[in-house]
Amino acid sequence: MANRRVVDARGSFCPGPLMELIAAMKMAEVGEEIEILSTDKGSATDIPEWIHKVKHEHVGTEEKEGVWHVLVKKTH
Amino acid sequence: MRILVVGGGMGGTILANNLARRLSGDVRAGKVRLTMLSASERHFYQPGLLYLAVGRMTPDELYRDQASLLEPGIDFHVDPVEEFHLDKNEVKTKSGKIHGYDIIAIATGSRPVAEEIPGLAENAEQFYTEESAVKMFKRLRAFEGGKVVIAVGVPHKCPMAPLEITFMLYDYFKDRGILDKVKLHYTYPIGRVHSLENVAKWAAPEMDRLGITYETLFNMKEVDGAKKIVRSEEGTETNFDLLITIPAHRGMEVIEKNGLGQRGFIPTHRHQLNMEGRDNVFVLGDTTNLPISKAGSTAHFEAETLGENIAARVKLGAPVRDYDGKVFCFIEAGKDRATYAMFDYQNPPQPKAPTRAVHWFKVAYNKLYWASARGLL
Ligand SMILES: Cc1cc2nc3c(=O)[nH]c(=O)nc-3n(C[C@H](O)[C@H](O)[C@H](O)COP(=O)(O)OP(=O)(O)OC[C@H]3O[C@@H](n4cnc5c(N)ncnc54)[C@H](O)[C@@H]3O)c2cc1C
Repeated sequence: MANRRVVDARGSFCPGPLMELIAAMKMAEVGEEIEILSTDKGSATDIPEWIHKVKHEHVGTEEKEGVWHVLVKKTH
Repeated sequence: MRILVVGGGMGGTILANNLARRLSGDVRAGKVRLTMLSASERHFYQPGLLYLAVGRMTPDELYRDQASLLEPGIDFHVDPVEEFHLDKNEVKTKSGKIHGYDIIAIATGSRPVAEEIPGLAENAEQFYTEESAVKMFKRLRAFEGGKVVIAVGVPHKCPMAPLEITFMLYDYFKDRGILDKVKLHYTYPIGRVHSLENVAKWAAPEMDRLGITYETLFNMKEVDGAKKIVRSEEGTETNFDLLITIPAHRGMEVIEKNGLGQRGFIPTHRHQLNMEGRDNVFVLGDTTNLPISKAGSTAHFEAETLGENIAARVKLGAPVRDYDGKVFCFIEAGKDRATYAMFDYQNPPQPKAPTRAVHWFKVAYNKLYWASARGLL
């Protein structure tokens, strides 16, 4: 399995899960997976939208008990 | 019991003063020793930089002697930490001294790193240091018109600053009578004009009303100084005559060098504020990796929680409460109106329409801050 880092952005209104992901991307290696935990259902759409724009990979999204787990992979 | 506070900024100062009061008897009796190590003999009120950049404050108003803000009983040294030996419960300072501790609290802050974006440092104005804010103000004074672009890196301290500087620039150019020659263009990293949804809902129509254009999902990739263009990771670009930036931040180099946290941000427990995996190392302020605003108010609320918990640990052997993620931010909506946002891990903010009263409260807070750092407010 690829290296995976977890970014716990539950309860983050500001800066919020997408900003946390943008910051985490700067720390991740190419090929690394990042799992963002978010309690904002908007993350299920705005994270994949951004990932698509910047041409990384959206691996999947899952909701478990009110927490969205959005999995992305840094590809470049 | 030896308690060591590293950093004499907002978080470190409020924490040390809080502990000095709660533990004054133990300090006097020699049972507790409170030491603060910092990198400067002056205390820097960074929020004033926003005003300095538009000529509404002067540098001397931003500083006080650090020693004058500290309670008696705090052993204060200007001698920055260079090495953290967490396994040995000691740090080594620039002067070569070793300080042992039983409990350490780290509050060394964060810093903008414009150098990470090619062309940014050379071609943009910034206001997150005294020197850059003064330089920016002089550039604004000489500016006769053109397109002003605001561009923001992630993460950065003071989440309100991008909006505030934009609205303050609007008023600055209006007061100079050159607004008709200036086009303000705001960019922001995520898909709305501010990370707080309710703030974005207020700010976007405000920008429309003032004729400020904006582009969202804009993360700086590079700046071409010759062509005066800033390009984004998202594949777009915008030209500028004057580029104003809040660059992405890192924590202090000493944190990175000692392997305490990537990019200088220390993995921190969101409620107990201890460094993950260490029960006698606490972290507060900008240098945590918590998913909350890097703001003085965050450092303040964290310091209050930690003050209570560390004192309780000394007196009853256990912490007594959790940090709830509380943040409070003023939002300047121009030169004479402001609002605020208050939120925590559970509750989003519900900002109200800006008023003059809130603005004057912020202006008063710029002076009252010194009482707040002492722990009197
Ligand atoms: C333009 C601007 C506007 C802002 N506006 C607001 C606002 O309106 N409201 C708000 O809440 N916040 C605001 N902030 C943010 C606020 O200033 C910071 O979030 C806050 O200062 C963080 O506190 P801190 O204790 O973590 O770090 P700091 O206050 O930065 O203090 C860090 C301390 O660590 C010391 N230090 C550094 N290295 C070492 C070392 N190796 N050893 C020992 N000590 C060391 C430094 O000397 C300093 O004393 C603003 C910031 C800026 C730049």
